[in-house]
Amino acid sequence: MNAASRFRDAPGAAPRSLRLMLDGVPVLARPGESVAAALLAHSGGATRQTPVTGAGRAPYCMMGVCFDCLVTIDGHPNVQACMVSAREGMVIQRQIGARRLGDQP
Amino acid sequence: MSAQAGTAIIGGGIVGLCVALGLAARGHEVLVLDGRDGDMRASQGNFGLVWLQGKGAGYAPYARWSFQAVQAWPDFAKRLSGLVDVDLALCQQGGYEFFTDAAEYEAFGHDLHRQANALDDRLSFELLNHADLAARLPGIGQRVVGASFCPLDGHVNPLRLHFALRQACLASGVRITGGASVVSVRPAGAGFALLDETGRQTRASRVVLCAGLGAAHLGPQLEFRAPIRAQRGELMITERVADRLPFLSSTIRQVDEGGLQIGGTKAETDCDTETTTTMVGLAQHAVAVWPRLADLRVLRSWAALRVMTPDGYPIYQRSADHPGAFLVTCHSGVTLAPLHATRLAEWIDGDPAAPDLEAFDERRFALS
Amino acid sequence: MSADLVIIGAGPAGMAAARVAAEGGLSVTLLDEQERAGGQIYRNVGAVAGRGWLGADYARGGALVQGLDHPGITHQPRATVWRIDARRGVIWSRDGQSHVSPAAHVLIATGAQERPVPFPGWTLPGLMPAGAAQILMKQSGMVPDEAILSGAGPLLYLVAAQMIAAGAPPVALVETPTAITHALPKLPRALFGLPTLIKGLGLIARIRAAGIPWYRGAADFRAETTEDGRIRFDFTTGKQSHSLTCGLLLTHLGVIPQSHLTRSMGLAHEYDAEQGAWRPTLDPWGQSSEPHVFVAGDGGGIGGAEAARAKGALAALAILHQAGKLDAAGRDRRAAPLRRALSRALSLRPFLDAAYSVPSAFLAPPDETIVCRCEEVTAGSIRKAACTGAEGLRLMRTSLRTGMGPCQGRMCETTVIGLIAEATDRPASTLGPGRIRTPVKPVTLAEIAALGPQPEETT
Repeated sequence: MNAASRFRDAPGAAPRSLRLMLDGVPVLARPGESVAAALLAHSGGATRQTPVTGAGRAPYCMMGVCFDCLVTIDGHPNVQACMVSAREGMVIQRQIGARRLGDQP
Repeated sequence: MSAQAGTAIIGGGIVGLCVALGLAARGHEVLVLDGRDGDMRASQGNFGLVWLQGKGAGYAPYARWSFQAVQAWPDFAKRLSGLVDVDLALCQQGGYEFFTDAAEYEAFGHDLHRQANALDDRLSFELLNHADLAARLPGIGQRVVGASFCPLDGHVNPLRLHFALRQACLASGVRITGGASVVSVRPAGAGFALLDETGRQTRASRVVLCAGLGAAHLGPQLEFRAPIRAQRGELMITERVADRLPFLSSTIRQVDEGGLQIGGTKAETDCDTETTTTMVGLAQHAVAVWPRLADLRVLRSWAALRVMTPDGYPIYQRSADHPGAFLVTCHSGVTLAPLHATRLAEWIDGDPAAPDLEAFDERRFALS
Repeated sequence: MSADLVIIGAGPAGMAAARVAAEGGLSVTLLDEQERAGGQIYRNVGAVAGRGWLGADYARGGALVQGLDHPGITHQPRATVWRIDARRGVIWSRDGQSHVSPAAHVLIATGAQERPVPFPGWTLPGLMPAGAAQILMKQSGMVPDEAILSGAGPLLYLVAAQMIAAGAPPVALVETPTAITHALPKLPRALFGLPTLIKGLGLIARIRAAGIPWYRGAADFRAETTEDGRIRFDFTTGKQSHSLTCGLLLTHLGVIPQSHLTRSMGLAHEYDAEQGAWRPTLDPWGQSSEPHVFVAGDGGGIGGAEAARAKGALAALAILHQAGKLDAAGRDRRAAPLRRALSRALSLRPFLDAAYSVPSAFLAPPDETIVCRCEEVTAGSIRKAACTGAEGLRLMRTSLRTGMGPCQGRMCETTVIGLIAEATDRPASTLGPGRIRTPVKPVTLAEIAALGPQPEETT
């Protein structure tokens, strides 16, 4: 799951000054980038397991089309990580299979 | 181009395929002429209930027919699984009707008593007020004033039923021709001549009209009245959920893949487009019944057209003028599927053991 | 607050249209899914300096973004449109809240998505579309590391050149068969396309100069994960088999219109055989089959950023005319230079479409390929179902669940159509487009319920 990232920083890229948590592990993010980008910079591994076969998937299209980047963000399941900007302190979990129903209101 | 068939079935929906399967099992050579992919298809837009509650409260023959169908479902599912490797996800562990309106709840209770009378009290059901219901289903919404529960109710995966019926028909030697919307059917010689929109002719010694709403214009060609109309139902399906919903209801059910289907609306129109106002109503209903559903994402809403007769009960009609022509039309094609694939086929064949279906003769509408 | 014009999509078409419409006196609401205007082509352009390696064309988007600074334009970022209702207006959500923007006129400028490139292994972590990598470059300053670029089309050359400029050259360029010689007669007779062509040749020269291994006529793609998490990419050229290892395998076979929104409205669509995709049927101003609904940019047919900018401005002129703010003579006078620009921008398109057409193996891939990524339906099962009666998109969907997942068929429809076409020997043009229903993007029950029974408006 924690394969090396498949990306490197471009020349002059801003420092990764934001700190997110992914399944309890710190992940650094650059202001203005999406959660999916931060996850891809962190690791080349899967960020979810599909509900059908449990296959590992990672962010794919980066533009909101494919829904392969689904993760749980701050308790909200099945969020498209490529459509959400990274923010300090975000708590992210890999989406393992189908989501659960919400807590009793 | 032309084709020959012993029995031609017009319509490859759940009703048509059940009849085809039943006739094939009785040794007949059957051809199903199915329409285009874009045609109106109740079979691909429905809710998948195998349902008894409320059916035939005002018409004992329909109450009995529905009761027999529900009872016949387990054997029918077994028969299909013997023919094809498809899991129908049949589950008959009881179902609820939820009410947020006290008057409707009370009226439905009366209907159930009438239905039970029609069934000589073989229908068991419970009426639960909010407190009883909340004790049984702790997640129930405050706005639900009461519910009825019938242990005989259930559901099935309707898309897989349709798929399985197609495969089972093929495995039983039925020929299915797609993209063949029939535009005309007329008596010819000892049988019938059918013409589809591709210009293909089919000759058949018998013809069974199972064309859903298409029967409205094809029926009169064989001198059937076919007094049917479209009634729109709108539905929604949500993303998959890992937990199992602790209930089945006539308006909210969890499909076996995990998504929640929400439906049960009725509108008198033949336009099969979903509407904002109905979507809002369905969403409000779902959240009122089970507030924990609020943050579930809807992946798709859609509308499909029910095939309605004036009284809502099926029409099973044998043509008096043109022996060998039959009209079969109904809603609740899923619930009734086991009987359509067995008893109705016997009736079409004129088998002495066949049930008396006089009560579903369309001439009942001429009398009223 | 109600607007005269609601524009959906803040790419080149939407931004250009917003400015023209606002200058003409209309109040404009510009809805866009991203945090910043720019669309995919100019993603993040206003926000970051010092990305010279992305090139001058990218920087051009800055002026369009600045053009949104007009009192008549309300830009709503992070707005996901999920239904357009003839009575209520444009329905959208942000942060779990639904909103309705009533409008007299609607302009849909939702742009393109990359054409799915299905082959065995394309769902593995470590495979992405080349355009996705480019978005990461623009938005995050991330460059693919030890990547292979595969497929065909001008974007591959551009991404390769950008990677070289950023100091992370691709491991290899693996190009599927192109038909450049065959397409040469489609080059414009005038020299309109020349600057673009020269730019393209310049990119190719840079790739050559960087010594990037370049495989041509590649086929039989297959990807697997190695034990250390890298990607092994197998393919053939002619009779020769190749096996390369990389960190990231980027694929590209062009782009197709994003037509979910226009299709969900029931607008008329037509099949574009050259581009192998459906697009809404439009008049020369971008007017759809609904008189008050216009479409501009790649969402109405692929033409690229310069064409989109011109189409957006043309649509805005027609809307100004429809709204009574501009007479026909004024509209036509102002349209003339835009039409010339559009014609220039589109002059290379027939050549590009012919030169980089999609190899059939990516429309009807091998049996073990996962076609529907959401529901994990393979090409083999689709072929089998097509041969036993599932002869249309809907029958296939209801038989195997293709297109029933959260992406709503965006990633599989072209392939499902390709497979049915192959199995039933019918042209793709007769098999689509699939019917799209509400919501166009998944939305919660609470967001739908909150709309209420009566039409409401919010800003």
